[in-house]
Amino acid sequence: MSLDMFLQHLANGISLGALYALIAMGYTMVYGILRLINFAHGDLFMISAYMAFYGVALFTLPWYVSFALAIVLAAVLGMMVERVAYRPLRDAPRISALISAIGVSLLLENVAIVVFGGRPKAFPRPSLFAYEWKFGEIRVLSLTLFIILISVGILLAVFYLVYRTKTGRAMRAVSRDFGIASLMGININQVVSLTFAIGSALAAAGAIMWGMKFPQLLPLMGVVPGLKCFIAAVVGGIGSIPGAMLGGFLLGVGEIMIVAFFPTLAGYKYAFAYLALILILLVKPRGLLGHVAEEKA
Amino acid sequence: MTVLKTEGLTKHFGGLVAVSDFNVEIEKGELVGLIGPNGSGKTTIFNLITGLYKPTEGEIVFDGRNISGWRPDRITGLGIARTFQNIRLFTELSVLDNVRVGYHLRLDSSPFVAAVGLPTYRREEAEITEKSMQLLDIVELDDVAQEKAGGLPYGQQRKLEIARALATQPQLLLLDEPAAGMNPEEIRGLMDFIHRIMHMFELTVFLVEHHMRMIMGICPRILVLDHGVTIAHGTPVEIQNDPKVIEAYLGVEEEEDADY
Amino acid sequence: MTCLVVFFLFLWWAEGNLDPYMRRILNLIAINVIWAVTFNLIYGYTGQFSLGHAGFIAIGAYSAALLTMPLAQKVQNFFLVPLISPLNAIELPFLPSLVIAAVMAGLVGVLVGIPSLQLRGDYMALVTLGFAEVIRVIGMNLQSVTNGSLGLKGIPGYTNLLWSWGCAAVTIFIVWTLGSSSYGRAFKAIREDEVAAETTGVSLFYHKLMAFTVAALLTGLGGALLANLISTIDPNLFTFMLSYQVVTVTVLGGVGSLTGSVVASAIYVSLFELLRPIDQPIVIGSLTIPGRPGMRMVMFSVVFLLVILFYRRGLMGSTEFSWQWLASKLRFGRSIGRQET
Repeated sequence: MSLDMFLQHLANGISLGALYALIAMGYTMVYGILRLINFAHGDLFMISAYMAFYGVALFTLPWYVSFALAIVLAAVLGMMVERVAYRPLRDAPRISALISAIGVSLLLENVAIVVFGGRPKAFPRPSLFAYEWKFGEIRVLSLTLFIILISVGILLAVFYLVYRTKTGRAMRAVSRDFGIASLMGININQVVSLTFAIGSALAAAGAIMWGMKFPQLLPLMGVVPGLKCFIAAVVGGIGSIPGAMLGGFLLGVGEIMIVAFFPTLAGYKYAFAYLALILILLVKPRGLLGHVAEEKA
Repeated sequence: MTVLKTEGLTKHFGGLVAVSDFNVEIEKGELVGLIGPNGSGKTTIFNLITGLYKPTEGEIVFDGRNISGWRPDRITGLGIARTFQNIRLFTELSVLDNVRVGYHLRLDSSPFVAAVGLPTYRREEAEITEKSMQLLDIVELDDVAQEKAGGLPYGQQRKLEIARALATQPQLLLLDEPAAGMNPEEIRGLMDFIHRIMHMFELTVFLVEHHMRMIMGICPRILVLDHGVTIAHGTPVEIQNDPKVIEAYLGVEEEEDADY
Repeated sequence: MTCLVVFFLFLWWAEGNLDPYMRRILNLIAINVIWAVTFNLIYGYTGQFSLGHAGFIAIGAYSAALLTMPLAQKVQNFFLVPLISPLNAIELPFLPSLVIAAVMAGLVGVLVGIPSLQLRGDYMALVTLGFAEVIRVIGMNLQSVTNGSLGLKGIPGYTNLLWSWGCAAVTIFIVWTLGSSSYGRAFKAIREDEVAAETTGVSLFYHKLMAFTVAALLTGLGGALLANLISTIDPNLFTFMLSYQVVTVTVLGGVGSLTGSVVASAIYVSLFELLRPIDQPIVIGSLTIPGRPGMRMVMFSVVFLLVILFYRRGLMGSTEFSWQWLASKLRFGRSIGRQET
């Protein structure tokens, strides 16, 4: 493989990894706070993409308005889901919330099938993102670079929020210990809602960029990325925000590179994430950047 | 003959030293006590002996075999049973079923035989039920055998936990604060009960307790733990007069006396 | 006992007399019963949440398909890439195929179980889901064995009501008997409190794997019955949606209750078929209610969520049917009536 090809694949990999990182962060934040795998996260991703699409296609809004609106609406939807489907089960065994998450996921997918229809929709790709730059043999879409820049920007913003602000400290406290955090006067419900809002917004941002990169919208488009990104979060260390970022990038780069070097395995691309998951859970269950905490009997 | 011996038993949790260099030798038929202020590492030692924790350093030898780092169910199979400080019953299962689980590890029938309900299995099941009812009779819970374990009053739950432990046919029984929450009369009953089962089942008992009076009254030999370190080891009289022990319990002993 | 005899006599009659549509529904109910009961074994009895059912169903289905398909049909199906030997030369009757298919699923169950069962609740759910998906992806790609995304057509329709309900009965029998035995108590002890169970001498991993493998084996049996019922299979039948469906049915019936699983399977499958009209426009007089494909599933999702949020215990809770249970329900109703006066 020539250096040019390698760099092209690398760029694609990092770009994909950035998207995975954004979505993985949403998972990890929710898991960190509620110890819940939000199975519906991937479907929120999907709905955001559709909302952004309809904003442009149906309401003929300019793309930047539609995109921004989709992100806001996604945050609201995320908070609603938490309020309706997870909060009532907070005292129930953890499995109940997990089953509820599955239920929400099923509901969102089926509603999407009914409302949006099963035929793929074409996501808008504004010309800003459609330039193609040529470096020698390499062709890079401006989109690819924008994705990396925007994602990194968002990730830094989240980092700042969680580690440098009072709100972020509250979020970290709640994820450490629910009971004590509430005794310290932190409003748990607010923190949880905020976490869901941010997580959903991240998914929405990821969805919009995903839609521009892979313009085919389908009702079940969120399932595979959703699962892959949760795996990325686990590989990096579930509950750890840097971990989610690392996991996302590793997964994105890995996926592209493996297919680049072994094109015959392309059909199995999907399975790599799962194999990575199984491997990590067996070898280092806390993930690459996770903490080891021994359970006291 | 030595039933249990620990040598240099130590447990670290990250930076925290929960137990440091714990050494004990318990002979068959003995009733040994372990006391210490809260957080001194008593339950940790029990968890180490029963395999819930792996020792950071040191050895545990039971019946001549080094069981350090063994899985808990294998250790139970070898003959060590325990109760828990916070009572861990199978709350949704019946009282009888809780005890019957204790007999499971000695089951001969394979799952295939059990799944089809062959007569060999059914005979074993009948045996298990009979022996379990006998145990329940000893702890006076036979009349509530079909009740859900979680619905029993606290004192009865404690007795059930002991019955379940006895079902595993142990040589050594570890009791973790069995008298917690009991009034003086109940404690006297418990002390009699422990003596009775020790005699009936030829048990050796290692007892953790917080109630000073109970431990002093029943254990001929006591070890005292403070912050993971053994600070005293001897008869009740020696312990009571040991200045280190008094210091560790400063103030607590007066409260204990007030109970009586 | 007499109920059972009557039931099977009815099935024998039904096999000859009911129309194909009704027969298909009854067969599907039986297969769903098998899956729900096995899910109950893993989750209801042992407390392990596995989302891998679709994978075992797939193994069972493909095994049965490849074993029972006539050789000529195999050549027709595998026109792109020929089927590997010795499969291309084997054609077995129904019973041996069922047995082998189930055993295959059981073996895969062991392989999947060994890593998965070492993990905690939510992780286990994810890993088992992952394994099921990996199985599906392999199915999509292994052209020379599964015919890839082209799927398999022309699987002989050996499944009839006696076979399907016979297998369901066997499944219920095995799960019930095992569950009532000492092993069943060990499973439930694990579900209640793993630490206490381990300390009481129950080997956690061994028992979890036991429940898991038995369940995988019987689930595969259901998959085999499915293949020989619907005659055409392809990898997209065995997605996580199918696993979710099994979870839905079990939860609706009540986790831990085998009776509930039977009842809920019957309700689910019948309702699924009965509600088919919703997917098409409904005409009432001069009013046309536009139907949309997928409305059925939306309704089911809503019902599922309502159950999990408000009526978590499902139809039967974790109790089984018994005459005392029925009597107590009737007595309760009567006493309410008395209070009204």
